[in-house]
Amino acid sequence: MNSAPPAVHAAGLTVQRGARTVLKGLDFAVPRGQVTGLLGPSGCGKSTLLRALVGAQAKVTGQLDVLGHPAGHPALRSRVGYVTQAPSVYADLTVSQNLDYFATVLSPGASRADRRSTVRRVLAEVDLTAHADQLVSRLSGGQRSRASLAVALLGTPELLVLDEPTVGLDPVLRRELWQLFHRLAAEGTTLLVSSHVMDEAERCDRLLLMRDGQLLADDTPDALRASTRADTVEDAFLHLVDPSAPRQEATR
Amino acid sequence: MSTRRTPPGGDPMSTRRTLATARRVLRQLGHDPRTVALMLGIPLVLITLLYWAFHATPQTFDHIGPALLGVFPLIVMFLVTSIATLRERTSGTLERLLSMPLHKAELILGYALAFGLLAVVQAALCTGLAVGLLHLSLAGSTWLLLLVAVLDALLGTALGLFVSAFAASEFQAVQFMPAVIFPQLLLCGLFVPRGAMPSALSYASDVLPMSYAVDAMTRVTLEASVTGALARDLVVLAGCALLVLALGSATLRRRTP
Repeated sequence: MNSAPPAVHAAGLTVQRGARTVLKGLDFAVPRGQVTGLLGPSGCGKSTLLRALVGAQAKVTGQLDVLGHPAGHPALRSRVGYVTQAPSVYADLTVSQNLDYFATVLSPGASRADRRSTVRRVLAEVDLTAHADQLVSRLSGGQRSRASLAVALLGTPELLVLDEPTVGLDPVLRRELWQLFHRLAAEGTTLLVSSHVMDEAERCDRLLLMRDGQLLADDTPDALRASTRADTVEDAFLHLVDPSAPRQEATR
Repeated sequence: MSTRRTPPGGDPMSTRRTLATARRVLRQLGHDPRTVALMLGIPLVLITLLYWAFHATPQTFDHIGPALLGVFPLIVMFLVTSIATLRERTSGTLERLLSMPLHKAELILGYALAFGLLAVVQAALCTGLAVGLLHLSLAGSTWLLLLVAVLDALLGTALGLFVSAFAASEFQAVQFMPAVIFPQLLLCGLFVPRGAMPSALSYASDVLPMSYAVDAMTRVTLEASVTGALARDLVVLAGCALLVLALGSATLRRRTP
């Protein structure tokens, strides 16, 4: 299919947090120019996996290559955009002041006009243009996470790592964000999006299903449903967790 | 590890990132006028209060006044920086910044620049009040006094940055003030001349940086020219600030457990 090397390649990826092994020897690849969903229940290690990918996680063993470099390599800092689960923007600055600062950090050499047009672009992309001059602390939860997402879009990164970007958003906005994700993918950006809501899986090109620090599946949604003879990805997940139960359900 | 100036493939140090960081910190304070008013106003109130309390013995005010001009920037910047960097750590913005092509030095210098600027304003107001209205005698130059105030503020910023690494909450962070600042305040010569203390305490006061902040301030108000002792105090202050900033920089980790 895709002859280009994958954006992310992991082999035997293991992460230790305190006495706990949070990721247990994962092997997977994330293809370029697609939206890959990382799905699993809360606490299964999704955020740890994403943190390892962007080089924020300590005690990572095994192989983890991102865009041809080991994860966390300095050369990746301007090529990978990362949005944490909690919005990481300054609450005591306006949205555009936040974006202006992060834009300067990402490309200090850019002219003021360039920076302004970049800020305008990302504001439009996350639909916050009307709130540009509002303090982040005055925004709603959904607006805050979109402000945080806007920061990640500033540098037009090759790989976007998004940790639960659609939590708490209304359905209309959620659909718009997914449309944005697919548009970015069509333009060549690789997206890795985590979620614990299984119905979002249907919107991904490819899925990594995760439970308790291990991968249950690494496939397209269609192939996954077909191989488990399930109607939804949620049923497929249940089947993979406990192969006997869902099959009885299906044959009933 | 990754402490090289220009890591392979990484960006070189950029003045613009430092300036942008300083501007960002000042903008944050700009949205919080009450904090700025407290930072600048409280030292003025306290100096006036002290002047009033020692109204009968102006020579006592002449002795304590300069010491306070050195102590205020240190304490205020310590508090502001420890809370500001703690917020930066807990809000995820630090993790985000460190996942971007930003050097730790750019971040720290940005903070130092913003708070240094604020220290200049604070010192100017305090000096104006103490010398202009409250008749504190100032033998040395005003510029020198501002320089000492900025160095004191930088030391406070450095200490605040460093201790914020050991605080998990705002509650813990403010408790570092009695732990880190009060012993220095007691031993800096403000209450008992440093030479008159028991020898163990006198040695302790020799290694605590605030002693040099107070000594330097006192010398600037008493001596018209730059003496060797003043130069030594300034070097010690700057050295301490740089050392603690370096230690604080080591606590900014790109990878966390």
